[in-house]
Amino acid sequence: MNDPAEFPDSPDSPDDGPEARGGGARIPGPRAAADDWDVLPEPRPAPAPPTHDVLKSLLGAWALSACSVEETQAVEDHLTECAPCAEEALRLRDAVGLLHPDESLDLKPLLRSRVLEDCLGKRPARIPVPSWATPYDTETARLDALLQDFGDAEWHTPVRLKWFQEDRHTSRRTTVAGVIGHLLTVDGLIATALGLADPLGAHAGSDPTARTEQFWSSSPYPVTRQVREPWREQGHTLVRTVSFAGRGVADLCVGYGDFSLPLGDAFLERAFECWVHAWDIAEAVDYPYEPPSGAHLHRMIDLAARLLPTVLAVRRRGGLAAPAQELVAAGAPGRTLHLEIEGAGGGSWDIALDSPAAATSADRTVAEIALDGLEFCQLAAGHIAPDDAAAGQHGDREAIRDVLYAAASLSRL
Amino acid sequence: MPKDVPPRWDRRMQQRLARGEAAALGELYDRFASLVHSLAHRVLGDETAADRITREVFGYIWENPDAYDPKQGSMRSWVARITQGQAVARLRQAELGRGSREELERKVATANAAARADFIVTSMPAPLRAALELAYFKRRDYRQAAADLKISEDEARRRLRLGLQLLSTANVLPHEDTAPPGYGSSR
Repeated sequence: MNDPAEFPDSPDSPDDGPEARGGGARIPGPRAAADDWDVLPEPRPAPAPPTHDVLKSLLGAWALSACSVEETQAVEDHLTECAPCAEEALRLRDAVGLLHPDESLDLKPLLRSRVLEDCLGKRPARIPVPSWATPYDTETARLDALLQDFGDAEWHTPVRLKWFQEDRHTSRRTTVAGVIGHLLTVDGLIATALGLADPLGAHAGSDPTARTEQFWSSSPYPVTRQVREPWREQGHTLVRTVSFAGRGVADLCVGYGDFSLPLGDAFLERAFECWVHAWDIAEAVDYPYEPPSGAHLHRMIDLAARLLPTVLAVRRRGGLAAPAQELVAAGAPGRTLHLEIEGAGGGSWDIALDSPAAATSADRTVAEIALDGLEFCQLAAGHIAPDDAAAGQHGDREAIRDVLYAAASLSRL
Repeated sequence: MPKDVPPRWDRRMQQRLARGEAAALGELYDRFASLVHSLAHRVLGDETAADRITREVFGYIWENPDAYDPKQGSMRSWVARITQGQAVARLRQAELGRGSREELERKVATANAAARADFIVTSMPAPLRAALELAYFKRRDYRQAAADLKISEDEARRRLRLGLQLLSTANVLPHEDTAPPGYGSSR
């Protein structure tokens, strides 16, 4: 790397620099000739002209054209007779030319992954980020980049969070800052599982909704942008912590109240939630927001597909899905639904319909659903209703309905 | 982005990079990518080129974390220095043979000053930056700026002047030999 130009480290304040150092102009002007007329007192009873110190203090405002007409005139008159001020005025005017509007070029979200890949290609990590934590790392960084330029107005923009509960659309109103608070508290479940501090304190429960409500109501004031730091800090800490943990850590159990996930899946679930809520936020403030990369999207869809048989079983017990048509011994092939996900991140999955323990079987496939990847994610996020999912489907209608409803019921606050 | 990062963060980051921790690389990117990209863009005026510089700069840091010496200053200023050096080298390469040597040096000097100015603006104390933003971008006079910031008019004048004084140091050439006399300096 070639020798770079010098940088001031932290620009020290050269406050009274030029005058102090400059000198020269402090030499008094020539004495008036003895035969000079006495200067007549000026007729206007004007206020005393600004002193040198006041005029000097105005130089910054003057250079920025940010003072009154009278002040501008007074400064400019002064510059003709005061060399240090004239020198500084010139310098500050030139400095104004260096100001320029922040072009707020958004970093391309994919650049991060590309840069990290590049680096790791050159020098492999001795302590890598586990592959199941990478989507979370990427999605939190993407959301943080979206928040980067938000002012107070954006942070307090209302956001309506939607999900599907008891087969109905449910929603809850909060703000952009409230959404980040929600992510902070639910990510806190992973922190707790890893033995890190819970952002809600020692005695908080593990139900995501209850935790979020607790956080939202913990202060009489609305959540502010202050929530960004702790959320981001916790995200970085989680990724750092699992990088150092042994292999078995992926199987560590993370409790979500009435269910639990192995740590690896919990990270994918948090990545998915982060993306979905980033999408909610982007929509609320009218920013564009891209879906995750195909590889990451694939892992998230895969998690949803793997969860479907269990969710079906739970719904069946609750009378929300059709009863199993047959008892299948664990590991034996049972009725199967073939899920074909198209587009980036797509693939195909076979869903066991009668029991989470059953094996899937091509011969026993009773129905097929074909769905775009983003559409499937919208469904699993509770953003669209199962009946509205534009799915290509054929075969057993009841099985198809059950699976689409099960996908929608993966969503929650 | 947090501005006043304690030096402890810098040293810790260096250690983590040195021992090959990928998570540290991600954090490094999250902290400095927008600085690197915007400086490179300011010098080269091209997004693709700025993307490329960003890749090169992080690649260099990841492969050479020991090149950072905390005694010489913050990691932030080190990263900015590497970026500017790399971007200006690319500018020279791209402009080579396009005009006279003098024109090239003038472009380089302008780009260097612009990059330094950007770095100074992003690193200056937030109250100074806020005052400059109001006066320059929002076209408020210093009295309105004082009212907006809930500070005295004296203080508003002081902040505007100090902010510009800091900024004006960008026009001072650090190395006499990087440009022929007469370029780069406002004096």
